[in-house]
Amino acid sequence: MTVSDFDNYRPPEPPRRSKRGGKRRRAGAGQGPGETPMVPEAEFTSYYGRPVVKPPPWGDPISAYLFLGGVAGGSALLGLGGQLTGRPELCRNSRLAALASVGIGAAALVADLGRPERFLNMLRTIKPTSPMSLGSWILTAFSAGVGISAASEIDRMTGSRLPLGPLRKVLRTIEGPAGVEAALFATPLSAYTAVLLSDTANPTWNAAREDLPFVFVSSASLAAAGLAMITTPVQQAGPARVLAVLGVAGDLIATRAMEQRMDPVAAEPLREGAPGRMLAWSQWLAAAGGIGVMAGGRHRPVAAACGVALLTASALTRFGVLRAGIRSTEDPRYTIEPQKRRLAARRKAGIVDDSITTPG
Amino acid sequence: MNKLTEAPGHIPHTGHPRKGFFTDTSICIGCKACEVACKEWNRNPHDSEFELLESSYDNTGSLGADTWRHVAFIEQDREHIDKARESGRALVSLGMPGIGPPGAPAAAAGTSPDVDTTPPNTPDFRWLMSSDVCKHCTNAGCLDVCPTGALFRTEHGTVVVQDDVCNGCGTCVAGCPFGVIERRSDGTAGVKGQRDFTPGEQAPTRNVGVAQKCTLCYDRMVDGQTPACAQACPTTSIKYGEREQMVSTAKERVAELHAQGLTEARLYGANDADGVGGTGSVFLLLDEPEVYGLPPDPRVPTADLPRMFKRAGLAAAGMLAAAAAAFLAGGRP
Ligand code: SF4
Ligand code: SF4
Repeated sequence: MTVSDFDNYRPPEPPRRSKRGGKRRRAGAGQGPGETPMVPEAEFTSYYGRPVVKPPPWGDPISAYLFLGGVAGGSALLGLGGQLTGRPELCRNSRLAALASVGIGAAALVADLGRPERFLNMLRTIKPTSPMSLGSWILTAFSAGVGISAASEIDRMTGSRLPLGPLRKVLRTIEGPAGVEAALFATPLSAYTAVLLSDTANPTWNAAREDLPFVFVSSASLAAAGLAMITTPVQQAGPARVLAVLGVAGDLIATRAMEQRMDPVAAEPLREGAPGRMLAWSQWLAAAGGIGVMAGGRHRPVAAACGVALLTASALTRFGVLRAGIRSTEDPRYTIEPQKRRLAARRKAGIVDDSITTPG
Repeated sequence: MNKLTEAPGHIPHTGHPRKGFFTDTSICIGCKACEVACKEWNRNPHDSEFELLESSYDNTGSLGADTWRHVAFIEQDREHIDKARESGRALVSLGMPGIGPPGAPAAAAGTSPDVDTTPPNTPDFRWLMSSDVCKHCTNAGCLDVCPTGALFRTEHGTVVVQDDVCNGCGTCVAGCPFGVIERRSDGTAGVKGQRDFTPGEQAPTRNVGVAQKCTLCYDRMVDGQTPACAQACPTTSIKYGEREQMVSTAKERVAELHAQGLTEARLYGANDADGVGGTGSVFLLLDEPEVYGLPPDPRVPTADLPRMFKRAGLAAAGMLAAAAAAFLAGGRP
């Protein structure tokens, strides 16, 4: 479209990156002459294919935190169970596992802040609308209980050589209640991260909000159980094996349900590309681990191998979900198509007063 | 909206009316004076390597940590113009509430006998230019999800980051349905308190690692000044004032355009019943919002938060039950 003579000197324009409904190019203006116009699908023009919503600046440390937080939560539960049912080794190993994973996880969380030196600002206020705020408090409360109970274990392992003095008595008295306290915050710790991801404008995470918590607690259970099967002799790891199988079942079911009930377009990043492959592998590994536990969980090497498979499966789930969400912000189609569809559905149902676009 | 979600009405106001923008894109000439004025006043670093983005005259890209006003350029041919007009007409015929200025009902749809309602000749080509900005939402996703309270609602009903509180967790970036707020990674600009830097020398960047977005020029506002972009706009495409006033101005303007047969005109953000409770920055658009890179049906994520908590609680209870079952069925040690 020449508007002035000088435009003749313009070099030929490179093809636009503007997307019409994403990858499937639809018949319309400017398409090749050979294309036959088809029934127009829900068509939209985006702004040069640029994203509508922004990805949060969350990288692998946050995925690692999602994974480790789950391991810590599940381990604290196993620790309490061991404590109450007289399984000292399961109790000790789980407490130590909980402390190690929550410690590394919290460090990863701080490392991903833009201003790590201000991490204490997280505890500046309690904000019910902010899962990040509630999560910080859950993490703090959890760490307190886990820290005390694990400290007592470390003291026992080193033959009471920690320089505790009279505090040792106190430590021994409160380690039990501390284990209970940690277990109290263990399930919220495993579940809140799902709300943290879903309570955003991110198309994929937000669309997964109904079932993501179930995926995450299942993943946490199977990972913690897997770790316990590696660290603890089979005689005491019976509950870990059951928890592993329950976790696998929950994970497989919840993941299916999530993908099916989500908006189909918003679910695509969970199936495609690298995140899709990670999630698929996670499912296979979880299933294999679960079957392995049922078949040969009483043999230590098999149990340990299954444990590794389950831990890997859980890590892949967390990395996959996080990256799928980041990916869903790269193409505007994941934001625009579901929104256009739900708007049209509401209009069809006769609700016309809640659109952000109005004729006046 | 549920009780959790914050809104301007929740804070006891100090007698200040809620302030906002009305950006009338139909008279924008794409001069980018607003972008420049914003950068200068707020000392925002440049955010690109001065590359050409192959998107008409838009080489800024999008809103972000260092860009608080962004002028979009869209080139459209006759077919697109017709389509935009058609979609606008469809919007009118939906019978949505609030057509026309208050006091002049139905005139908008063109039923007044003395107005010529034949659409003006469709030009073969048009440029859409629109200066985008933070919407200062009534129910702001960024503010709701911020864990530190760094984001807060000012006495003017706007949403502002306290840069000395923010720890750069980035939750707000994910929480904004419009992709506005962003964590600043680097850049080159000086501290505002030290305005008198040596010209020609690189001044240090402030607020690196901290979430940054439009403040609606909070610092100017407290002095009763107009925000830099609105002051710089030569065509009054960017208007600033009390939000209610802005909304009624917008409604009058859209009615005027409809009366001229320009049915493609529509408002964005003027509806308090929408997913974000209406926006503090209202826009008059000449095509569908997604054409400008705006979401067609944004929804503040915290609107569904109670439900999400319920589901998470259920999941947590399930995990507890599974652990209990594991120890019951796990045999004797
Ligand atoms: S547009 Fe985004 S950054 Fe601006 S107030 Fe709304 S949610 Fe916050
Ligand atoms: S990055 Fe800063 S403003 Fe944004 S949510 Fe985190 S603390 Fe709040």
